[in-house]
Amino acid sequence: MMSSATVRRIVRGREAGTAIGLIVLCIGLWIATPYFATAANLSNVAEQSAVIGVIAIGMTFVILTGGIDLSVGSLVALVSVVIGSALQRGVPVFAAVAIGLLAGAVCGALNGLMITRGPLPPFIATLGMMSVARGAALLLSDGRPISGFPDGLRALATSDVLGAPAPVVMMLTLYLLAYLVLTRTVFGRYMYAIGGNEEATALAGVNVRRWKTVVYAISGLSAGVCAVLLVARLNSAQPIAGIGYELDAIAAVVIGGTSLLGGSGSVIGTLIGALIMSVLRNGLNLLGVSSYLQQVAIGVVIIAAVLIDMALRRRVQRSSR
Amino acid sequence: MPTETLPEPVLALQMRGIRKAFPGVQALAGVDLDVRRGEVHVLLGENGAGKSTLMKILSGALPRDAGTIEIDGRAAALASPREARGARIAIIHQELALVPEMTVAENIFLGRAPTRFGLLDQPAMVREATTLLSRLGANINPNVLVASLSIAQQQLVEIARALSLDARILIMDEPTSALTERESTRLFATITGLTARGTAIVYISHRLDEIFAIGDRITVLRDGRNVATQEVRQADRRALVRLMANRDVDELVPPTIRTTGKPRLRIEGLSHGSTLHNVSFSVRSGEIVGFAGLLGAGRTEIARAVFGLEPFDQGTVFVDERPVEIRSPRDAIAAGIGFVTEDRKREGLVLSRSVRDNVALPILKRLARLGIVHRTAETAIAESSVRDLNIRTPSVRQLAQNLSGGNQQKIVLAKWLATGARILFLDEPTRGIDVGSKQEIYALINELAAAGVAIVLMSSDLPEVLGLSDRVLVMREGRITGEFTRAEASAERVMACAVGI
Repeated sequence: MMSSATVRRIVRGREAGTAIGLIVLCIGLWIATPYFATAANLSNVAEQSAVIGVIAIGMTFVILTGGIDLSVGSLVALVSVVIGSALQRGVPVFAAVAIGLLAGAVCGALNGLMITRGPLPPFIATLGMMSVARGAALLLSDGRPISGFPDGLRALATSDVLGAPAPVVMMLTLYLLAYLVLTRTVFGRYMYAIGGNEEATALAGVNVRRWKTVVYAISGLSAGVCAVLLVARLNSAQPIAGIGYELDAIAAVVIGGTSLLGGSGSVIGTLIGALIMSVLRNGLNLLGVSSYLQQVAIGVVIIAAVLIDMALRRRVQRSSR
Repeated sequence: MPTETLPEPVLALQMRGIRKAFPGVQALAGVDLDVRRGEVHVLLGENGAGKSTLMKILSGALPRDAGTIEIDGRAAALASPREARGARIAIIHQELALVPEMTVAENIFLGRAPTRFGLLDQPAMVREATTLLSRLGANINPNVLVASLSIAQQQLVEIARALSLDARILIMDEPTSALTERESTRLFATITGLTARGTAIVYISHRLDEIFAIGDRITVLRDGRNVATQEVRQADRRALVRLMANRDVDELVPPTIRTTGKPRLRIEGLSHGSTLHNVSFSVRSGEIVGFAGLLGAGRTEIARAVFGLEPFDQGTVFVDERPVEIRSPRDAIAAGIGFVTEDRKREGLVLSRSVRDNVALPILKRLARLGIVHRTAETAIAESSVRDLNIRTPSVRQLAQNLSGGNQQKIVLAKWLATGARILFLDEPTRGIDVGSKQEIYALINELAAAGVAIVLMSSDLPEVLGLSDRVLVMREGRITGEFTRAEASAERVMACAVGI
């Protein structure tokens, strides 16, 4: 599917550095602990990365347009609870999932409308939505987890597709789709253009407001997909699910080399960023590092990744002058 | 000239063998520059000749690889902007470096505001700012936010800031690129005042007229090397242009004879608030209509209204004699209108994207099926634009930010041509562009008109308007106050209408 020119561009591009980081990290852990490279552990790591990985797709879109979405963690909880209560009322699995995804997309679209129709900056609008959605999730569930679901949903988390866990396959499929959207479609071009220079893009006759709203709706939708995976895995819907997910997703995007200023970055980088985060967590667990120290380590990795990225960018800019 | 009042010329600045390399580019390959006290020393050269790099080194913004700098005969390291300021070197940037959210006075005194008892002395600051601005003849309230000023006014604030530093060496990088004739004249008077007091001025400009008006000596750079240094009095225009470009460039706008067709765009009674009053005009296909006037006279406002960027109270836009409703740039583009904006970096280009992406941006939908971009077609369009407009870029994949100002402007033009625009608004199309590229853009504008495009040219560069336009309309305070055919139009007549004598 990818032409050789595409492959060359990826290898030469910013993603290569992040990928090398991931490979070095894996080799290091392979040497340090024999258990790391076992099939069971690797598939576990991949499954863990799927949760954040899926939200990070929507987050990449949002950040590419120069925005930010702080509400996704809370939306995970809200969508979880929506699905949970629907199932509890006997709604079929398929319909419950559809309702949940729709709820996520609608909340995301509301974010988009607040940002494009009102004068609210993305940070404020989504900060508000973060609190509203969390509160709604708690109200809807009375603050208690909802559980006891039919088996159909559970299969989403436990079954294998072509020998890989279903959530991992789903995540990779979504990444492929997002990659194609960004590189091949009009919508993808618009996202980069809006993030690069919103005014010039509007002047070129692009309906910037509409596309930005769509971007936030997609972010809400990807939070919804994440909620489906989570409910399926835990076999219960938790109103306190997803706390801090928005920050993990932002971290994955940033480690993956997407600029917070918008206009440059890629979804492949984000995938690698999400993998780095979960490999690091898993490796530190295997090495028996305390969870407190783990937080410190992850913070250091985020800062280091961005510093390296900025240094590389400066070099590229100089050499092309 | 003030130099004659001094017994003998004393060097305020001596730069010797300055070298600077960026990865892959030798930006400066041993440049010398001597500037005498009280002299206006003009630095000439095409974009990329090394002028800006040399001035960045002088202002401490860039370290040099080799070479010595002496200020008043003493060696100076100039390792940081702070050090340069300590040596009383000030620079007026071409790229405006103001804080938009602060007031004019605060910007002028940024980093060294006057204080009383440790608190900001606001009245003193405003007072001094007022004095500085009135010296420039600038009618700007020091208490307003910089964000609310036009580009020309911001440039005046930038100049006022440099003046407030009381520099011994003052670097001016295209200070007049956004100024009107009158503002430029005031600036020149200020410059003469400064040189009389011994200030050395390094003056970068592409406008030969003003170089001959205020320059004492000229140094021409090309490809990071000295080409020549000579007295302005002995310099010859054509020779200078040749030295810069190392090729013959016809300095004058080539006169062309065109046949104009049917009225393509007609504006009837356009009014908006206090900015536009009952503006009516029409442009035929193949005709270039130039708009002259002082800044703030309403030229840009017309373009923004017709392009759907600003609402207007009254007025009708006719395209091919049919009224069209334009509420957004989309409507304007659909009606065949293109708009090359004054500020290409802010409104014209997505600098972080490629030449191809920029050219294709307004027509992506046309190049796509089911939302998927036809990349071969896209590349083909971009490549033919690069060929037709002679855009100098290694490939259509090159990022717009890596190209020179002239080539960037050609991308903006290419973008509108790709939409098939038959009416083009050009707002300051050659601002900050070197002589060679200017010529190419002029030729291009003529070619477009010859191909039947109706062109509305808005420019503060009077020779440009007079040289290109078939008809010149003059604006003052939101009204059209004069109309001249090419034969009737002269600088004096146009200026008289613009200032309202």
